[in-house]
Amino acid sequence: MSHVATLGILRDRFGADKFTTSEFRDNFRIIVAPTQVFAALQCLKHDCGFDMLIDITAADYLYYPNARDRFGVIYALLNMNTGERLYVKTFLNEPDLTLLSAFPLWKGADWMEREVFDMYGILFEGHPDLRRILMPEEFTAFPLRKDYPLRGRGERHNFPVITRAEG
Amino acid sequence: MPVEAAEPIAEEAPEKEYLWTLNFGPQHPATHTTLRLVLTLDGETIVKAVPDIGYLHSGFEKLGEDLNYNQYVAIVDRMNYISPVANEVSWFEAVEKLLGIELTPRCKYIRTIFAELMRLHDHLLCIGAAALDLGGYTAFLYAFYQRELIYDISETASGQRFHPSYLRVGGLMYDIDDAFVQKVRSFVKGFPKAYHDIVRLLNRNRIFIERTRDIGVLSKEDAINLSCTGPIARASGVVRDLRKDEPYLAYRDFDFKVVCATAGDCYTRYLVRMEEMLESLKIVEQAIENLPSGPVNVDTQSKVVMPEQLSTYRSIESMIQHFELIMPNRGFQAPIDEVYGAAESPNGELGFYVVSDGTERSYRARTRPPSYIHFAIFPYLIKGHQISDVVAVLGSLNIIAAELDR
Repeated sequence: MSHVATLGILRDRFGADKFTTSEFRDNFRIIVAPTQVFAALQCLKHDCGFDMLIDITAADYLYYPNARDRFGVIYALLNMNTGERLYVKTFLNEPDLTLLSAFPLWKGADWMEREVFDMYGILFEGHPDLRRILMPEEFTAFPLRKDYPLRGRGERHNFPVITRAEG
Repeated sequence: MPVEAAEPIAEEAPEKEYLWTLNFGPQHPATHTTLRLVLTLDGETIVKAVPDIGYLHSGFEKLGEDLNYNQYVAIVDRMNYISPVANEVSWFEAVEKLLGIELTPRCKYIRTIFAELMRLHDHLLCIGAAALDLGGYTAFLYAFYQRELIYDISETASGQRFHPSYLRVGGLMYDIDDAFVQKVRSFVKGFPKAYHDIVRLLNRNRIFIERTRDIGVLSKEDAINLSCTGPIARASGVVRDLRKDEPYLAYRDFDFKVVCATAGDCYTRYLVRMEEMLESLKIVEQAIENLPSGPVNVDTQSKVVMPEQLSTYRSIESMIQHFELIMPNRGFQAPIDEVYGAAESPNGELGFYVVSDGTERSYRARTRPPSYIHFAIFPYLIKGHQISDVVAVLGSLNIIAAELDR
């Protein structure tokens, strides 16, 4: 699929130096700065026809070869009319792990962003209900970060025991 | 930009004290598997439903960073455990795209047969469980007998009924034999009778129609905005099927239709799934009759496939390759990049976003789970309906908790 039209619209709107592109196999990716992500997604949705949000995910590049930033957030978009797929990537570093929520654009972003928050600790401003979704509410760590061990830090052994007398 | 506070919940205002909260808890026979709904009710009408998930969270994605591409297939099997091989097909779509492997024709046909058999498997369970939840026990048993036959077919191919772990990078675990072909043929011959039995039981059943028609209506704009894919979206008018739009495996060679509808209620989703079963049966029939011969695994020159066992005793190259693949810290030379690959699983678009750091383990293996995305639409569908409709809507969404929570 040619992405020439999409890139043309993005260049007109943002300027050619505001984003970079890369391609691998059949994935075409656009890399933007974290402050530009919402504007880019809005432009892609309303002007370039990418009406379905396929996925929002994140990755922790702490031990990745040749990585410059720690967290990457990836938005997978789909244009239903042309079948074109596009991936918008942005990179975040501590302590500034905030992005604007894509909920105003796509209601499906709700639970996807909650999971990214739950697993990585990346906050989404403007999200209606940003709380943990998969882990219990009182969990304190962010499990999918690379510095969190596979077997956990003993949370499973430290459940408070409620005896029949107390309960 | 300041963070916007969440709107104060109108239902908790003092004049709304007649609303009461019901916990449709994780332990409930009608929630297929452990998921929890906190329902705010006005009499029997639901005003608000808040799902609460995470009871089955097992850290599959964290395990994906610890297991290599061939080992992770056992985990992927267990995500949508109702259609195991379909998950493996999606996983290997992503992984083989990353590694740049082109499969042999025979392997593509066998994977297609399995993917379609698993579509039948999943739809039979969804329809059977939907009928069971609404009180129709017989349809459930008819559907489950057909599923037993598919379990037999899985066992013939790989030795395991439920989670075959049959696919490998570049090919399959074992090639199929004549017993498999005979079993598939006899299944294809016997399925239409069971299908028509279920149709006679449910399609014009007054109780079934009254309980599912106009319940849980999903409009087309909502389906696109909420990222729905699969039969749920197709029943709302979204004409999108990855088997036709982005053909993978051997789907280009087969003649089948994509089933769509416009009404978007539970009854329509049931009808879409029933028709899709017939289309899948057509594909299985065409595939099993035209199965190409030849090797099932990719050429051993590409260094991703295990060599034949006897050849490891006889030739040094085979032994070296066996060593390279089995020993840790050696193995696949994957490119250092990331890729997203998806396939049309029975529930919708199941995709994997694989980030690779060059070793034989993925650095990050993200599952794009259709059940998770579809459960998020539940509060929108159930507003204004009654408690008994919760069961009908949940049944029609086909939520599998293992894929929901991973």
